[in-house]
Amino acid sequence: MYALVDCNNFYASCERLFRPDLQGRPIVVLSNNDGCVVARSAEAKQLGIKMAVPLFQVQEQIDRENIAVFSSNYALYGDISARVMSVLEQQAPAIEVYSIDEAFLDLSGLEANYSLVDYGQQLKRLVYQYTGIHVCVGIAPTKTLAKLANHAAKQYPATLGTVDLSDPQRQRRLLGLLPVQEVWGVGRRLSRRLKQQGIHTALALADCDPSWVRSHYSVTLERTVRELNGQSCMDLEACPPPRQQILCSRSFARRITEYKDMRSAVAQYSARAAEKLREQGSLARVVTVFIRTNPHSQHERFYSNSASRLLSVPSADSRRLGGTALKLLKSIWLPGCRYMKAGIMLSDLYLPGHFQPSLFDAPETPAAMRLMQAVDSINQGGRGQVRFAGEMLSTGWQMQRSRLSPAYTTRWGQLPRVKS
Amino acid sequence: MQISLLGRYLHPSTPVALPLFMSGVAAGFPSPAQDYIERTLDLNDLCVQHPAATYFVRADGDSMEGVGIFSGDVLVVDRSLKAVHGDIVIACLDGEFTVKELSTRPALQLLAHNPAYAPIQLDAESTLELFGVVTTVVHSVRQRG
Repeated sequence: MYALVDCNNFYASCERLFRPDLQGRPIVVLSNNDGCVVARSAEAKQLGIKMAVPLFQVQEQIDRENIAVFSSNYALYGDISARVMSVLEQQAPAIEVYSIDEAFLDLSGLEANYSLVDYGQQLKRLVYQYTGIHVCVGIAPTKTLAKLANHAAKQYPATLGTVDLSDPQRQRRLLGLLPVQEVWGVGRRLSRRLKQQGIHTALALADCDPSWVRSHYSVTLERTVRELNGQSCMDLEACPPPRQQILCSRSFARRITEYKDMRSAVAQYSARAAEKLREQGSLARVVTVFIRTNPHSQHERFYSNSASRLLSVPSADSRRLGGTALKLLKSIWLPGCRYMKAGIMLSDLYLPGHFQPSLFDAPETPAAMRLMQAVDSINQGGRGQVRFAGEMLSTGWQMQRSRLSPAYTTRWGQLPRVKS
Repeated sequence: MQISLLGRYLHPSTPVALPLFMSGVAAGFPSPAQDYIERTLDLNDLCVQHPAATYFVRADGDSMEGVGIFSGDVLVVDRSLKAVHGDIVIACLDGEFTVKELSTRPALQLLAHNPAYAPIQLDAESTLELFGVVTTVVHSVRQRG
């Protein structure tokens, strides 16, 4: 038996946690660079603010309805997420942290001694009491059904935030109510194709013959069909597999026209990407850099280009990856353009010792690895006390976060104030 | 007042690699203290019982000086505890966090610890929203600045 625990309106709830004055007031949280709405409180959803809508399109409504607006405060969300996960870890034999605000719990054996609904309610109460964050709980024999149970718990207030879908009849009743695109792993394109074949609801998908689904769609969707019928095909992934590529890319606060600014941005992105690479213990062999101007600007020339290089041996050394990235940048830089975005991608990843170098290649030295470890441990947590010189040349292009809330839980100087 | 030394305190973020015993030990002679090395004391052990439920906040005002909470002090707040009569709590009042003593007998009220402040009466119907229970005050006794 699995439970999916999902935080309600997570980013908005974090923003409200230390702001009792925002009780009942609609909140929206913006993407990097304050471009689009990426999270909404229940009140903001009710006002019809759509997900991913650009800020300028709803600015008038924001002013009119007195909606509180925040830049993404990932230091805060990360800290609160870790607290929620830590409470869940103490309440279940095994947990898979699925995203910043969701976790799967393995409840094997629990149903013998507990009412699952009671367990879910208790979990919900406990997480709120410890962290101040409201969650919903969906319980079912498979992860795919647990996702749907959670969806129902969120959608129907009468459930009080917990749905136990262990009964097959309840499963079928709920599946009949849900459109097929609500099913975990069924994207927009797939659902369009399914609908063309007359499969409109989750129930219709569940009733498909699994082998037909495999031959007409994919093994993955076949697994989904089996999971919808209560046959568990996906185990808990206690430690997720390492990612196959690492991307670090952002839009600039203002357009970049100078090479030295772009160089500084690419240096910084590559340092961050290399850090992520080491975090998951991988080495990368391919470095890709891309830059582009605004594709929607009428009176400017559009330029977009990328370049890649295959290293002789995989590396996790920021100096080597960063140096390669800057050479690549030089090869694609076109003066006279107003650049909007740049990024770096590290791919063809290896675990240490899994790559066979040729006779003449110099593999990464232990000294280099130790240096990188030292850099990472100094920089741990907050961004950067030790930087590569290239990152520092200019900074005016950096991300715009004009409505950032304080780092309430991670900086002594920014603690919430209480009146005494 | 008697004061006994419990041990040395190292800030938790201090790298563990810091030498605990820097006495220049002659090669070949192991330090007699080597077998007795223990972990240095961590203030978190003393002040934080439930890390996931513990938040720090900063006090601002003089209404709680009677219990030793001064303006600028850091309060350790444990959300996992159920507040009972006599606890120092963080309450949400009029859209603001405020720190007061919770009194449930004879009537529900929030008490200040400074004669200049009157108790805050709460009628039984109104729901009192609490953020958490204060367990520890971190007060620096050295002149600042």
